[in-house]
Amino acid sequence: MSDLAIRSLSKSFGGVRAVNDVSFDIKRGEFLALIGPNGAGKSTCFNMINGQLPPDSGEIWFEGAKLNGKKPRDIWRLGIGRTFQVAATFNSMTVIENVQMALISHANQVYRLWKPAASLHRERALELLAQVGMQDAADRPSRELAYGDVKRVELAIALANDPRLLLMDEPTAGMAPKERNDLIALVKRLVIEKGISVLFTEHSMDVVFAFADRIIVLARGRLIADGDAKSIRDNPQVREVYFGTGKTFQKSEAH
Amino acid sequence: MSFNAFLFQALNGLSAASGLFFVAAGLSLIFGVTRIVNIAHGSLYMIGTYIAYSIATKVGGAFGFWGGIVITALLVGLIGAAIEIVLLRRIYRAPELFQLLATFALVLVINDATLWIWGPEDLLGPRAPGLTGSIEVLGRRLPTYDIFLIFVGPFVLWMLHLALAKTRFGRLMRAATQDREMVGALGVNQAMLFTGVFALGALLAGLGGALQIAREPATLATDLIVIGDAFVVVVVGGMGSISGAYLAAVIIAEVKALCIGLGIVNFGGFTVNFSKLTLVAEFLVMAAVLIARPYGLLGREQVAVRSVAEPEEPLRPSTPATKIAGLILLVVLVCLPLIAKNSPYTLVLGIDVLIAVLFATSLHFIMGPGGMHSFGHAAYFGLGAYGAALLVKWFAAPMGLALAAAPMLALVGALLFGWFAVRLSGVYLAMLTLAFAQIVWAAVFQWETLTGGSNGVLGVWPSAPFDTRTPFYFLTLALAAFGVLLLRKFLFAPFGYAMRAGRDSPLRAEAIGLDVKRVHWLAFAIAGAVCGIAGGLFAFAKGSISPETIGVSRSIDGLVMVLLGGIQTLTGPIVGASVYAVLQDYMMRSTEYWRALLGGIILLLVLAFPSGIVGGFVKLISRRKTTSKAAS
Repeated sequence: MSDLAIRSLSKSFGGVRAVNDVSFDIKRGEFLALIGPNGAGKSTCFNMINGQLPPDSGEIWFEGAKLNGKKPRDIWRLGIGRTFQVAATFNSMTVIENVQMALISHANQVYRLWKPAASLHRERALELLAQVGMQDAADRPSRELAYGDVKRVELAIALANDPRLLLMDEPTAGMAPKERNDLIALVKRLVIEKGISVLFTEHSMDVVFAFADRIIVLARGRLIADGDAKSIRDNPQVREVYFGTGKTFQKSEAH
Repeated sequence: MSFNAFLFQALNGLSAASGLFFVAAGLSLIFGVTRIVNIAHGSLYMIGTYIAYSIATKVGGAFGFWGGIVITALLVGLIGAAIEIVLLRRIYRAPELFQLLATFALVLVINDATLWIWGPEDLLGPRAPGLTGSIEVLGRRLPTYDIFLIFVGPFVLWMLHLALAKTRFGRLMRAATQDREMVGALGVNQAMLFTGVFALGALLAGLGGALQIAREPATLATDLIVIGDAFVVVVVGGMGSISGAYLAAVIIAEVKALCIGLGIVNFGGFTVNFSKLTLVAEFLVMAAVLIARPYGLLGREQVAVRSVAEPEEPLRPSTPATKIAGLILLVVLVCLPLIAKNSPYTLVLGIDVLIAVLFATSLHFIMGPGGMHSFGHAAYFGLGAYGAALLVKWFAAPMGLALAAAPMLALVGALLFGWFAVRLSGVYLAMLTLAFAQIVWAAVFQWETLTGGSNGVLGVWPSAPFDTRTPFYFLTLALAAFGVLLLRKFLFAPFGYAMRAGRDSPLRAEAIGLDVKRVHWLAFAIAGAVCGIAGGLFAFAKGSISPETIGVSRSIDGLVMVLLGGIQTLTGPIVGASVYAVLQDYMMRSTEYWRALLGGIILLLVLAFPSGIVGGFVKLISRRKTTSKAAS
C-alpha cells in the first residue's frame, strides 16, 4: 500500500508550467529522493504537498485522505512532518522549548493559559533531542546554535508529532560534506527504526545515491525517470538533463 | 442636496486634497526608503504654516507671500535634513519601532518650540496676492486660490514622478524602497540617500503647510491632526506609492467634503448629521480599504526587512532575587498610604501610575510577545472607561458592576477589531488599530445624546467603602497587580509560547499545527479586556471621563511607556509606565514647557538606552558578568 499518492499534479506561474502532470507514490517506510536541476519544480511540488501552494489540478492523497485544499497545519495533524530548506527555529526560545512547543501543539494544549509550558512534555522533548544528539544543548537559546545543529533541532521538532511521512526540502543545503552525510545517515536510521516514509529533495548526488531507496527525477516540471540508484545513473535522459548534450556548444561553434 | 451643490463640494474636496497629498507624499517617501514612520511629519507641516506666516507678514507683498512659500519649503527641508543627521542617523540600528519613539519626542519638542516662538494664539495669514478674488462656478463663488490649489497637487505629483523616473537620486530612492540592503551592498552612500529623502519629505510637508496660510490659521493643534490624516492617506494609498498618496488624498478629501455637504439628513424620522461624521467616515474608508486590499490601493506587499535588532533572550522564570525584589516592591506599595501620610497627593499619583502600569502591560502583551504593534490601544481603555461611566450615568450601577462591565465591553471591542487587525502585519496593522481607536474616539465625541459629547460623563464616583482615597488606592493596587501577574502567567503558559512562536516564524508555527491568526486574535482580546480594567479604574479615579482622555495621545503614551521600558523584557512596561507617568506628572506641574522637557528626556533615553531602560540595564549586567569572567 502506498502512503502518499500524487496524481497528475500541475501548477503554473504565469506562463511557466512549473509542475506538469506529475504522478508518483511513496510506499510505507520508503526513503524517496526527488532530484532535478535548478528550476525543475521540486520546491513547487513540495509546497503543494505540504499545503503552502494550491495545485492548479491533480490530486494528493495521504493514507486515503485527500490533501488538496487543506492548510499546512491540518496536513501536519494528519501525521506529516516537515523540515524547511532554510532551517530556522523559534529564536526567542531555548532548544528544548522549541521541541516542547511542537509537542504541546501535538497534544492539543495550545490554548491552555495556566500551567507553565516549560514543565510540559519535558521528558519526551529530551528523548527527541537525544535521538538527534542535541540533548546537551537543551537549555541553550536556540538562536546561538550553529547551522548544522539548527538542522538537527528542526529534525527533532519534525519528529514530535510521530509523523508517518516526513517531507524534507533540501535537508543538507548549506552544510559541509561531512555534516551532510551525518545528518542523512541519522535520518535514515530514525526512519528505519520508526518505519517513517521520507520524501526529500537533494542536490548532493553522493547523498542521494548512497541513501535513497528510490529516486525520481524532475526536469522542467515533468517527471522523467523513476527507479533505483543504478537505473537512474544509467538513464540517458537524466544524463542529458544533468550534463547536457553538448549541442548548445556545437551550435554556437557552427556560426 | 442638488447635483450642482454636490459638484461644488467635490471641487472643494479637490483643493483640500492637495495639502493632504503633500504631507502624505513626504511621509510615504520617508517610510519607503528609511522604514521610519515619522510621527513628527505633521509637526514639520505645522512649522511650515508658522514660518510662511512670519515671512508673509514681515516682508509683505507678493514676494513675501509667494517667495515666502518657496523659502519656507526650503527651510523646512533643511530642518528635516538636520533632524536626520543629528538624531535619526544614530538610531537606525536600534530595534524596530524605536525611531518612532524618537520622532514622537520630536513632536513634543517642536510643539513647545513653536509655542515659545509664536505664542499660543491662532495666526491667520494674509490672502494670496494676485489670487484674492473668486470666480463663479455652478452658481457659487469659489476662491481663485482654491482653484490654484487644485492644480498644484497634480503638478507636484507630476514633478515627483519625473524626479523619481529620470534622476539618479530618484532611481536610488526607488531601489532603496524595494531593497535597502541590496542598495547598500552596491556601494551606494546610504547616509546621503537617507538625509536626502528626509529633506525632500520635510520640504514637501513644509510646502503643504505654507500653502495653507491663505486658507486656514496656523494653530498649535495642527501637528497631530495632520499626522492622523496623513497616516490614513498613506495607508489607503499604499506605503511608498506617490500616486497612491494622491489618489487616497482625493478620496479622503472628497468623502469629508461630501459629509459636510450632506449636512443633516432625515431617514424616515431618523436624523443623521453627516457634517459631524467626517472623522468616522475617514477612518471607515481606511478600515474598508485595508480589509479589502491589505497593502493599500496602489501599494505592494512589503519586503520583510531583515531585522537588525538584537534577538530576544528566552523567557526564564523569575529568579529568587527577582521574586524577592517584586515582593519588596509590593510591600512598599501596600505601605504607601502610611509612608505618604503627610502628602495626600502621593496617593493620587500612585493611582495614576498603577493605572498606567496596567495599561502599558496589556499593550506590551500584544506588542512584545505577540509582535503586533498596536497604535490604538486607547480604544480598549476608552471602551472600559466609558462602559463603566455610562452604566453609572444611565443605570446608576454600583461600582462593582461597572468595574466588571469595563473589561467585558473592552473585550467585545477587541474581539471585533482584533479579528480584522490580525489579518495584517507591521505598519498596516499599526495603522488599522489606530483607525479603530479613532472610530471609538469619534463615536464617543459625536454621539452626544449617549456620551455627553466633548463634555464627557461626570460624577462617576466610587461607592463606599472605596469612596475615600486610601481604600480606592488599595483597590487599584489589587486590580493592577492581579492584571499584571495574570498576563505574566499567560506568557509562561502554552498560549504565551504559541504567541511567540507565531511572531518568531509564522510559517514554521503553522507547520507544527498552530493557528497563528487565532492565537494572536485571542491574545489581542485578552489584552483588550485587561486594558478595559485600567479604563474602568481611570473613570472612577477621576470621577469623570471625556473624549480627550481616550484620544491618539493616550495610544502614543502607551507606546512610549512600552518602548521606554524595553519591549523585550516583561518588567519593561512596568518600569516604563512608572517612569513616564511620574515624569509627566512632575513636569506638568513644574513648567509650562513640559512637553519639550519630556521630549528631550525621551530623546536622551533613546540615544543612551536603545533597548529601553530595563533592556539597557540587563545588557549592562550581562556585560559585567562576561568581563568579570574574562578577568578571573
